[in-house]
Amino acid sequence: MTTANSTVSTAELIAVAQKVRAHIVRMVASAQSGHPGGSLSSVELGVALYWNHLRVDPANPDWLERDRFILSKGHATPFLYSVLAERGFFSAELLGGFRKLGSKLQGHPSMGTVPGVEMSAGSLGQGLSFAIGQAMAGRFADRDYRCWVLLGDGELNEGQVWESAQAVGHFRLGDRVTAIVDRNNIQNDGFGKDIMEIDPVGMFNGFGWQVLEVDGHDMAAVDGVLDEAKKPAERPRCVVAHTVKGKGVSFMENNPAFHGKAPSPEQLQQALDEIARGL
Amino acid sequence: MAENAATREAYPVALEELVDDGVDIVAVDADLGASTMGQKFGEKFPERWFSVGVAEQNMVGIAAGLAAAGRTAFIASFSAFLPGRCFDQLRTSVAQPAGGLNVKCVASHGGVTAGEDGMSAQAIEDVALASSLISFNVVVPADYEEARQAILAVGKANGPAYVRTGRPKVPGLFDSGYRFELGKAALLREGTDVTFVACGVMVVVAIEAAERLAAEGISARVLNQASIKPIDREAIIAAAVDTGAVVTAEEHQTIGGLGSAVARVLAEAEPVPAAFVGVDSYGTSGTWTELLDHFELTPARLVQAARDVLARKA
Repeated sequence: MTTANSTVSTAELIAVAQKVRAHIVRMVASAQSGHPGGSLSSVELGVALYWNHLRVDPANPDWLERDRFILSKGHATPFLYSVLAERGFFSAELLGGFRKLGSKLQGHPSMGTVPGVEMSAGSLGQGLSFAIGQAMAGRFADRDYRCWVLLGDGELNEGQVWESAQAVGHFRLGDRVTAIVDRNNIQNDGFGKDIMEIDPVGMFNGFGWQVLEVDGHDMAAVDGVLDEAKKPAERPRCVVAHTVKGKGVSFMENNPAFHGKAPSPEQLQQALDEIARGL
Repeated sequence: MAENAATREAYPVALEELVDDGVDIVAVDADLGASTMGQKFGEKFPERWFSVGVAEQNMVGIAAGLAAAGRTAFIASFSAFLPGRCFDQLRTSVAQPAGGLNVKCVASHGGVTAGEDGMSAQAIEDVALASSLISFNVVVPADYEEARQAILAVGKANGPAYVRTGRPKVPGLFDSGYRFELGKAALLREGTDVTFVACGVMVVVAIEAAERLAAEGISARVLNQASIKPIDREAIIAAAVDTGAVVTAEEHQTIGGLGSAVARVLAEAEPVPAAFVGVDSYGTSGTWTELLDHFELTPARLVQAARDVLARKA
């Protein structure tokens, strides 16, 4: 069992992130569908969390005391499944079945079918509410686990996020619920500034949260801000991670087309080469 | 027979009984706790009740999280908002995960008898929406006692459920000797010529219609089918075989509610002449009794529907 604050070095985390990125592009290429852009932007956040901050036991995924990682931006399953597999929740061999008939690794997360998947998602905006319920149950049962919720910045358009953002502080759950926004500036149909721009910092500040900003691809900085986010707080904390959609693959970076598009076989090879070189 | 009481009044009573029976429940409201009666439970069990404010989607998501952590979560609002306002959350966060989480919706002010608030407050789609969620049980109780027992039943059964309660005080039909069971209809009146299958406020109307038909020498059976999903296939097939004609009655549109559920059983197993009485237009303001007349949710209409199906019998 791994407990909180076990320290994995930044260099090791970066090596894991490289493996996760390779899984992501292979899975999406193999399925010829899926969401590489918003998966690649979340990698450092997920790796730092799962290796250095989450109290989880991959051999016992339903452990009652575990910290919960709730993927609200449910389309980032290539990221979630890759991280879970590398962390030991299930074999990485299963990743090849992603989005295919007969595999449990559906296009969006389905709770109760995949070890480590905490919540069903795919319809955006629902993760923070779910985390509040989990956290309240923890408080009632005197269990001190924390719920981490990863949201997309486009997802903040959804009204339910606003409903839940107002509730975390009201219910004094700041020590049990932490939000992370993957601020990659691109949503399904294009750049946020063109579709429906929202400022995550202003939004969460407005609902009484303390906002911590970080470069979402600087592994040491991410690791540090997650430590900061766990300190006792009056107000709930939201980490706004400034990221690049498609990070690590040149032709996907900051390219709205790769929100939900698979690479061709040639593009896959280029992507794997670039990831291996640590672009 | 019990006194007149609203079915929603059974909500806090049943919740308290569930706590007494050792069910780890938590009840959530969305700023309508005084009307759903959830607040009454909260006054007695403050550690087991809270309000999320006017935010039904968040209420459903929080309930899903509570249930995922092992608790039995009750949520309450008006039937116009629950499931309508938060249908997607019920589908994605409650119905789909792990075969369906233990989230129990008890929605009050169902149907046109919500009354003076008018069409936006009068849910006539809620049963259809809830029934379409694969893992949900759906119940429309006819009186206080049946509502109390239905809430107890869904609270103890595994998986999600939708129970519709009503705003007005309605006549009591059952005493504590009655036993509600999910998936079972209650035979309230024996009959051989035609069967009324009714739920909610329409059960009393069906009984009155059966009495009027008796005066004409027509013998009408009355089935109270509170459990819309699962429905009592055996009771409906037996009614079709024994009486050869069926009339359904509900305070809901005839698409997707009791009528549709009964029609499917008949079509699959025992096709007989059938008629479907419900509300197939949006509402208007009025007292609940005026509105029952306005929408012809009346014994006279059921009598006419019975005559129509009898005329179609071979």
